[in-house]
Amino acid sequence: MASSKHVTFPNKFLPYLLLAPQLAITAVFFYWPASQAIQQSVLREDPFGLSTQFVGLANFKHVLNDANYLNSLQVTVIFSIATALIAMAFALLLAVMADKVIRGKGVYRTLLIWPYAVAPAIAGMLWLFLFNPSMGTLAYLLRSTGYNWDPLLNSDQAMVLVVAAASWKQISYNFLFFVAGLQSIPKSLIEAAAIDGAGETKRFWTIIFPLLAPTTFFLLVVNTVYAFFDTFGIIHAVTRGGPGKATETLVYKVYNDGFVNLILGDSAAQSVILMVIVIAMTAVQFRYVERKVHYG
Amino acid sequence: MIQNNPIGRIIAHIILIVGILIVAFPIYYTFVASTQTLQDIIRPPLSLLPGGHFWENYSSALFGGISKIGGVGVDRLLLNTLVMALGIAIGKIIISILSAYAIVFFRFPGRMFFFWFIFITLMLPVEVRILPTYKIMVDLGLIDTYTGLILPLMASATATLLFRQFFMTIPGELVEAARVDGAGPLRFFKDIVLPLSKTNIAALFVILFIYGWTQYLWPLLMTNRNDMATIVIGLRKMIDFTDATTQWHLVMVTCILAILPPILVVVLMQRWFVRGLVETEK
Repeated sequence: MASSKHVTFPNKFLPYLLLAPQLAITAVFFYWPASQAIQQSVLREDPFGLSTQFVGLANFKHVLNDANYLNSLQVTVIFSIATALIAMAFALLLAVMADKVIRGKGVYRTLLIWPYAVAPAIAGMLWLFLFNPSMGTLAYLLRSTGYNWDPLLNSDQAMVLVVAAASWKQISYNFLFFVAGLQSIPKSLIEAAAIDGAGETKRFWTIIFPLLAPTTFFLLVVNTVYAFFDTFGIIHAVTRGGPGKATETLVYKVYNDGFVNLILGDSAAQSVILMVIVIAMTAVQFRYVERKVHYG
Repeated sequence: MIQNNPIGRIIAHIILIVGILIVAFPIYYTFVASTQTLQDIIRPPLSLLPGGHFWENYSSALFGGISKIGGVGVDRLLLNTLVMALGIAIGKIIISILSAYAIVFFRFPGRMFFFWFIFITLMLPVEVRILPTYKIMVDLGLIDTYTGLILPLMASATATLLFRQFFMTIPGELVEAARVDGAGPLRFFKDIVLPLSKTNIAALFVILFIYGWTQYLWPLLMTNRNDMATIVIGLRKMIDFTDATTQWHLVMVTCILAILPPILVVVLMQRWFVRGLVETEK
């Protein structure tokens, strides 16, 4: 293997030709719009596009001092943490159980990976069918016990509903990674602990859980990114950010300000702030990958 | 020896079964609703057993046209979504495998620059640049076209990175042997690299097909006409809680038809799917 120096083809023109399609699409649909977002974020334009003026960082100042924006930041953080924790805890429980059983592992896996294929917006609708107050059967049962269930009017209940749908959809993904993580833990370690008299619960918390830490941390980042960006469909299909602004996440607000309210400068400034958030999250993810290479 | 605990295993089975019931219930409930009449659906509680209107509901949704979305049938929505998902999956695989091949098997000025140029796009998901991208699509006249639905989602750093990772494991001796035999880079690509990449391509295909099928924000912006909508967007347009004319039985049918194809792909191609998932993310 050591001798395997990298051999390449001597060719001057071909590599550019091979790269061309991807570079063209990347330039037109990534760099051009991203640079326009940055440009737009320092301009103020009236909604008819008749006049523009340079306003420096005024849009950012305006956005960051806007109570609605701070509210939506808070909503996003609560939504993401709740979604990540619920989806991961549930998936970890199922993965640990699946690791224990001997028969039917494959069947359980097949039956648990469905939701991965369901679009987030549809996941939201499925839960809405069950829990909307006018025709949902589970809403009907809740209300018949005397509980005042109405996620279309009550903000906390709306949040519970979108979190449930978002985490339901993410269980299969987390499950597959936890199963892979559990399989990579050496069985001899666990057996040694068992010989030393450690009970099942103790073995889980002192050996299995710490050894799963890299998987858990990785999933935490992925789930947070998912909750930040991929759940637009759930919010749009289920609550439209409401009631009031109780479930208006950052991405939903960018969309709403840009396309519905036509506040272009603010929307662009929000896009730029989101870009910074994505870059930070990606950096965290890569630092983790690097560390795993060094110490894993 | 520690597995020798039948009670623990029975509890594990029970927890798994309960977990599966929770995971499957929303889908099952919607399936049941899709076989009932409109009157039965809007009068809860719904029976937990399928009703007798399966053929009636499914054929009227598929071929009858749905008045809420201007008489467009679900067959049309399914076609649009299929074109979009296949276009994204196949297009992405082709452009990424080519660019990864260029970056790994050639040395040329600007190689690292181009690598980073592609790599950085990982940090620019469509959600953070929606408005300007939308404007560009309007300027290019791509609203309500398949090209508009597919092209902007085709560039992806992840697929390129995956192929690059894999190509770097192909031993240099193979390249040398090919060169000694007089095979050029295109021949080497076709006869050696492509066959070796089969599993990776299959894995990536499943992931990307699901990705394309479940898109929401992009088709929402790119399509105004009902007959160009994807099934998820069409579904959203059919639903209105404040309006008594929502045809819930057809909504339920559309819902099931929207999730069936990607579920089939995931379940039938499970082996590649699991592999692809765990590998693309590493």
